Amino acid sequence: MKKSVFLGTAAAATLIAGMGVAQEGSTLAQVQERDELNCGVNTGLVGFAAPDANGNWTGFDVALCRAVAAAVLSDSSKVKFVPTTGQTRFTALSSGEVDVLARNSTWTYSRDTDLKLDFAGVNYYDGQGFMVRKDLGVTSAKELDGATICIQTGTTTELNLADYFRANQMDYTPVNIDSNAEGEQQYMAGACDAYTTDASGLAATRAAFADPENHIILPEIISKEPLGPAVRHGDNNWGDIVGWTLNALVAAEEYGVTSKNIEELSKSSNNPEVQRLLGSTDELGAMLGLDAEWAKRAIQAGGNYGEIFAANIGEQTPIGLARGLNAQWTQGGLLYAPPFR
Amino acid sequence: MTDLPAPANPPFRPSMLINDRRYRSLTFQVVVFILVMAAAWWLVDNTIRNLAALGKTFDFGFLWNRAGYDIPQTPIPYTADDTHFRAAAVGLLNTLIVSILGCIAATVVGIAVGVARLSNNWLFARLMTVFVEIFRNMPLLLWILIIYAIFTEILPAPNAYRGEDPAWSMILWDNVALTNRYTAIPTLGMTNDPGSLDLGARITISWATIAIVAALVLGWIVRGRIRDHAQKVQDKTGTRPTTWWKSLAVMTVPTLLLIWYFGLHLVPPSLKGFNFSGGLNVANALVALWLALTLYTAAFIAEIVRAGILAVSKGQSEAAFALGMRPKRTMNLVILPQALRVIIPPLISQYLNLTKNSSLAIAVGYMDLRGTLGGTTLNQTGRELEAILLMMLTYLALSLIISAGMNVFNSRVKLKER
Repeated sequence: MKKSVFLGTAAAATLIAGMGVAQEGSTLAQVQERDELNCGVNTGLVGFAAPDANGNWTGFDVALCRAVAAAVLSDSSKVKFVPTTGQTRFTALSSGEVDVLARNSTWTYSRDTDLKLDFAGVNYYDGQGFMVRKDLGVTSAKELDGATICIQTGTTTELNLADYFRANQMDYTPVNIDSNAEGEQQYMAGACDAYTTDASGLAATRAAFADPENHIILPEIISKEPLGPAVRHGDNNWGDIVGWTLNALVAAEEYGVTSKNIEELSKSSNNPEVQRLLGSTDELGAMLGLDAEWAKRAIQAGGNYGEIFAANIGEQTPIGLARGLNAQWTQGGLLYAPPFR
Repeated sequence: MTDLPAPANPPFRPSMLINDRRYRSLTFQVVVFILVMAAAWWLVDNTIRNLAALGKTFDFGFLWNRAGYDIPQTPIPYTADDTHFRAAAVGLLNTLIVSILGCIAATVVGIAVGVARLSNNWLFARLMTVFVEIFRNMPLLLWILIIYAIFTEILPAPNAYRGEDPAWSMILWDNVALTNRYTAIPTLGMTNDPGSLDLGARITISWATIAIVAALVLGWIVRGRIRDHAQKVQDKTGTRPTTWWKSLAVMTVPTLLLIWYFGLHLVPPSLKGFNFSGGLNVANALVALWLALTLYTAAFIAEIVRAGILAVSKGQSEAAFALGMRPKRTMNLVILPQALRVIIPPLISQYLNLTKNSSLAIAVGYMDLRGTLGGTTLNQTGRELEAILLMMLTYLALSLIISAGMNVFNSRVKLKER
């Protein structure tokens, strides 16, 4: 009896821990051999990652996955999107189920070190906010004392919320939810007074409501949430590929390279930086273990950073996010791609 | 009669390990044991290698770090500043709360439905059959979600209770408010508070609770003495003295006196700010989970009870009827005591199932052990292996304890062979 219990426990625990980890070889080699990129995304957040009416994944995070696939596999459609929740995402990444995690994940110290992840960069500078119904009459997060607040469990927002209310000596009742869809449902039914998550997520959620005008996002931003693509710690080359793909998209916007003029510029541009970026001169691709035109394909997949932003979450879309911190450094924002040389 | 010469033991040959019945079973046992140990070794070795490949260590130290997250339902005091260990303890208590409530309610409903299914009332019996088949044949997770969704969508937000002419009003003499977040019920207040016993680790028990529980236990013991005395008198004289009012008195009078002394009264909840406060807000997550677990398990228990009753031969009830016993007494005094010994063993399994099924709580955001230790703690610390192992051991221990307790009960009701 004792032995069977022990063995059973050990076996089960080991299965959980050991699943899929022991993959040999670099991530790049695995992806190329599989001829498909496994990309962990949100289970459904309009604008960032959500399947459209035809079942095709679209969104801001999705576009990054497609750009990486275009760079590595020469085909932006060779991506398998794996929906992950706040709870399952890091396990999915560290167990090798996904190659890259582009899922509104905040870059924090402990995730970078203790969780053994590497954040390849920041694709969206965000902060945590609150959304309430207009008829509640609340205009500031400081008035939320005693409120019931819906919160996605397993996220940094959960910790920020606890800290913010403690710092302001306020009380609240958390309602823990597992996904954005569930949070939406609870919030709409009035089961919580406020819904809190990253401000971009709030805007995206509100855009999906039937009556977005009846909800407001409170002005307080209570945290820094640099969201970025994460990869497993240890495979630096793969981290470089993801990070420099993102940099290529940002640099393309800075140099005015768009999906429209990229063919023309790759032949005729006189700007040496653009020439190097698009692989017309030098062999930057080889340093990553890719071919010369990797960045060109990445930019062609969905356009440069600005185009991706405008098409998925920009002011012309229902989500209507301003560039804000996510403008180029030349425009007063924080986007600053290191030089391609 | 002469003794036969003992057959000389043939010399041992390796082929006898397979061909000789005396050695064969031993051979197989040794082979299987080696295979099992090899499998275990492979699993452990695989784990160690993979942990090393990921650069992770195996360490329970994270349990003593600051948790940093809040939990909606805290049976013991807990803040975000407490450790992950305390968060796990809160989760375990929440698991215990819903499991115990669920086991009690499922037993009551299950026995009622099981007996009712055998009723002679055609409509009643069929209705119970429908109940059993519906709840038994749909996944528990669906039931939890359905019941939770019903609470969320049908009941109003606390705001509906506000204003001069509110859309909803409190029920039970303004004591209970149903909302789509929680059911606000009154708490007990004391005008003459005797203070609390400090158990350490910021856990306290009110002296009033201790006193009332002590009074009830003492009352129960005295009641037993009264009954023994009555039995003795009956054995001696043939007439049994009336004892019901004595029993009732020893059970209730001291308790009532204590309640009067402490000035125990109900403190109804009142709407303040966003939510009800003053009373106790029982989260809908708990109620929905409890109801779903109860109804689902009750459907199984009903079948167990029905099987147990049908296992008692018909002659027993016929004999009881022949003695002039009414159907209800026949059920209570003749059928059920005999049926119990068939019912208890599978009932233990149902209790274990209910306890383990309570880990579906995460579906409605009820923070049980799976929600704290296996949910947020695991996620924030990235200690998957440790957290899952700890959780498995805890559920294992919990199940073994329930099982042991029920086995003691079983040995008391099982057929005594004389």
